[in-house]
Amino acid sequence: MTASYAIGIDLGTTHSALAYVDLDLSEGEDVALHVKDVAQHVGVGQIEDKKLLPSFLYLPHPGELAPGALALPWKADHAFTVGELARQLGAKTPMRLVSSAKSWLGHGAVDRRAPILPPKTMQDEGDIPRVSPLEASTRYLAHLRDAWDHANPDAPLAEQDVVITVPASFDPGARELTSEAARLAGLEHAVLLEEPQAALYSWVQRSEGGWRKQVKLGDVILVVDLGGGTSDMSLIAVTEEGGNLTLSRVAVGDHILLGGDNMDLALAAFVQKKLEQQGHKLDAWQMGALVHACRNAKETLLADGAPDAAPIVVPTRGSKLIGGSLRTELTAKEIAELLVEGFFPVVAASDRPLSRPRTGLRAIGLPYAQDAAITRHLAAFLGKQIDATEDLAGFVAQKGAFLHPTAVLFNGGVLKAPMLARRILEVLNQWLEADGAPPARLLEGADLDLAVARGAAYYAYVRRGKGVRIRGGTAKSYYVGIESSMPAVPGMEPPLSALCIAPFGMEEGTHAEAAPQELGLVVGEHVSFRFFESATRRDDRPGTVVDRIEQLEELPSIEATLPAEPSAGHRSGDIVPVRLQAAVTELGTLRLEAIGNKASERWKIELDVRR
Amino acid sequence: MSEPTLPGFFTRFFLAWAAYFRTLFDAQFAAGVIRLREGKPALPEEAPKNKKAPKRASESDESASDGDGKASEGSKKDKKPEEKKKEVVLREAGPEAALQLLALLQREGRFVDFLEEDVSSFSDAQIGAAARVVHDGCRKAIREHLPIAPVRSEDEGARVKLEKGFDAHAVRLTGNVTGEAPFTGTLAHRGWKVKEVKLPKMTEGHDATIVAPAEVEV
Repeated sequence: MTASYAIGIDLGTTHSALAYVDLDLSEGEDVALHVKDVAQHVGVGQIEDKKLLPSFLYLPHPGELAPGALALPWKADHAFTVGELARQLGAKTPMRLVSSAKSWLGHGAVDRRAPILPPKTMQDEGDIPRVSPLEASTRYLAHLRDAWDHANPDAPLAEQDVVITVPASFDPGARELTSEAARLAGLEHAVLLEEPQAALYSWVQRSEGGWRKQVKLGDVILVVDLGGGTSDMSLIAVTEEGGNLTLSRVAVGDHILLGGDNMDLALAAFVQKKLEQQGHKLDAWQMGALVHACRNAKETLLADGAPDAAPIVVPTRGSKLIGGSLRTELTAKEIAELLVEGFFPVVAASDRPLSRPRTGLRAIGLPYAQDAAITRHLAAFLGKQIDATEDLAGFVAQKGAFLHPTAVLFNGGVLKAPMLARRILEVLNQWLEADGAPPARLLEGADLDLAVARGAAYYAYVRRGKGVRIRGGTAKSYYVGIESSMPAVPGMEPPLSALCIAPFGMEEGTHAEAAPQELGLVVGEHVSFRFFESATRRDDRPGTVVDRIEQLEELPSIEATLPAEPSAGHRSGDIVPVRLQAAVTELGTLRLEAIGNKASERWKIELDVRR
Repeated sequence: MSEPTLPGFFTRFFLAWAAYFRTLFDAQFAAGVIRLREGKPALPEEAPKNKKAPKRASESDESASDGDGKASEGSKKDKKPEEKKKEVVLREAGPEAALQLLALLQREGRFVDFLEEDVSSFSDAQIGAAARVVHDGCRKAIREHLPIAPVRSEDEGARVKLEKGFDAHAVRLTGNVTGEAPFTGTLAHRGWKVKEVKLPKMTEGHDATIVAPAEVEV
C-alpha cells in the first residue's frame, strides 16, 4: 500500500472538514496542503461541494421526501442525509435530527453503542429510527470517505495515511470509540491526534519553517480552542533536542462542554425576552432563525470598528415576509455584557469555576459545563498545571500561583470575534502581570475554522519522517480502584485506593511495564474496575498506589472478562491471578490487558463497557 | 404569456430580475438582448456556423457577455459571419440554472416571498426590516455561488484611460464617443463581473420549478 496523500480529518462537534497533502508535490517544509470541498446535499435534490460538512445526521420519515431525493453521486438513494441539508431539515423537525454526536461519544455516563440518538421526546410515537453516537460518527466519516473516493477514484481514502482529530480532553474510552468509528467506516489505520496539537501543527506549517524564529527554548504555548460545542486547552513547551527546537505537549485541560453555540443561545434567549416584552411570541422555528440572526449579529458587533447596534430581524415562517417579520436590535453594549462579561469575565488567577450541586432529578442529557466563564476554566487549568514544565530542561521554575504561558495560539470559530480573543489575552496578561511575569504574546496566522483539519493533514505528512513533531505521549496517568484489605466493619465500605497502571507521557507504539500487584479475576464473570485518571501526577509509575482517590478524576468503569477455557485449566468460578499492563497503540489509543502467569495468557480489558 | 396585454408591474419586476441573471450567464441570450436594444429582432437573421449548442470558449467570441480580454482578437475575425446568422440554438441548461438560482435566493434570502408580497400597504420601516433578511441572505447566496467583482478597480468618478484594443465587452463608452483610442473619461459605473459560477448539482427527477416547497407542520 503506497499512499499518495496524507489526509487530516477534523471530526468536529458541529462541523467536520477534510484536508490533504499531496505527497508527490511536497518536499520538506514546502507542503502542498489543501482543504477538500465535500460534496453534500445543500437542499432537497441539490448537491454541492462545500468546505465544511456540518456534523448533523437527519433521519427522515419514509414519506417525507420524494424517492431519490437523497441520492448522492456515489449512491442512488439513502435513508438518511448528512451535512448541510440535515441541518436545514433538522431545524424544522428537531425530533429526527442527530446533533453533537461527538459530545455524546465523549459522555461516559451513557452507552455509546446503544441507539440513543436523537434523544427521545414527548411526542415520540416510537417510529423514529435511532442510531448510537458511534454509528453517527461512523456515518460522518463514511460520508467523507465516499465524497473523497468519488472525487479521487484512483486513490481511495482507505489506502491513504489518515489522521482523525479528537479533543485533547477525550478519555481513553472516547478515543477508542473514535478509532472504532474509523474502522467501521473502512479507515482501518486512521491515527488519532489531539485537536489543540493539530491547531499548532497548522500554525507550524503555515509559517513554512519560520516558527523557529517566532518561539524560543523555554516558551510555553497555551492553545485555546473554542469550537461550536466544546472548549479545549493544551500547553505545549518549546524544548531543545540535539540543538534543534522541538515541541512537547505537557498538559491538556478538562473536557468542557461549552462553546460558540452556548453564546448564540444566550444571545437568542436575551433577544427573545425583548420580543416577548413587545408582545411577540416566537415559535420553535422562529427561535432557530433568531439564533442564526444572533450569530451574525455577534460577528458584526464583535468585529473591529463595529457599529453601536446590529438589527435583528426574525422572519416569519410563512410567505408573508414583510408583514410578519419581527424587528429589534442588539446593541454593542448588550453584547459586551452578555458575551464578553458572561463568558469571558475578568477574574483573578485564583478563581475557579463554580459548580452547583446537581439536583436529584436530571433529564439524561449532555453534561454541559455549569460555569459559563471560560476565563475561570482557564484559571483552573493553569493553576492545576503549575508543575507541568518542572522536569523539562531549560525551563525556569515557576514561582507564581499558576503556570505562566509565554505565547498563546487561538483556534475555533468563536475566536473569529477579535474582541473575545483580545479579552482572553487581556485577562491572561493581567494574571501574568500580577505574578510579575512578562505578558504572553499572540501567535498570529491561524486559520480558525480549518486549522484542525489542515494541521491533521500536516501531521499525517510529518509522521512519514519529514518535519517537526510534537512530542508528549499520553497527557494523563491512569489508575484502577482496588479495595484495601481491612477487617470488615459493618456499615462501612472498605476504603478504596488506586493502583497506577499507565504512567504519564506514554508514546505511541510503546507499552508500560505491568504493575507488580496481582489481582484476582474470576473466570467466566465480568469483572469491572473503577477507573481513574490524573492530569497532574507526572511521577507515578505502574504499581504506585494512591490512597486518596479524591486526587484523581473518575472515568467510566472498565471491564475484564476471562473466558472459561478448560484446555488452559480455567474453569468458571476459578480465581486467576493477573497483573495489569497498559500500552498505547500506533493509532494513539490506550490498550489495557490483564496478563496471567503464563506468557500466553493475555486478556483485553474493555475501556468502553456496554451498560 | 401569449396574451397581447402589456405585463403588469410585478411581472415586469420579475422579468427584469430573470433577464438580469440570464443576461449574465447566457451568452446567447445576452446577444439577443443587445440586438433588441439595437431595434433588431431578438433572434439573428442567419443560423450560426455550427448549429449545435457550441462550447463556452468559442461562444464567448461571438457574444457580448464574456468580459475576458482574451476574446477580443477573435471577435474581430468573427464579426462578419455573425451578422449573417439566422437562428440561435439556446442551451438547454438555461431554465434549470435560472430556477436553481431563484430557489437559492429564496432559500437563503426569502427572495420570492419578498417579491410576491404587496409592498404598498406597509411602511418603509417594515419593508426595510424585511429587506435586511433578503439582503443578508441573497448576498450570502450570491457571494457563495456567483462571486462578483467590479470590472474596474478605480473609484467611480475617477479618470480612466482606455488604450487601443480595450475590451469593449467589459467597458462601455458613452457620451462623446468620437475620435480614436486611447480614450480618456470618467468612470460612471465600475461594472460587475461574475468571477465564477458554482451552482449546486441536481439529482435526477428533481423538480426545479418548485423553488420552495409548501410546508405542512404536523
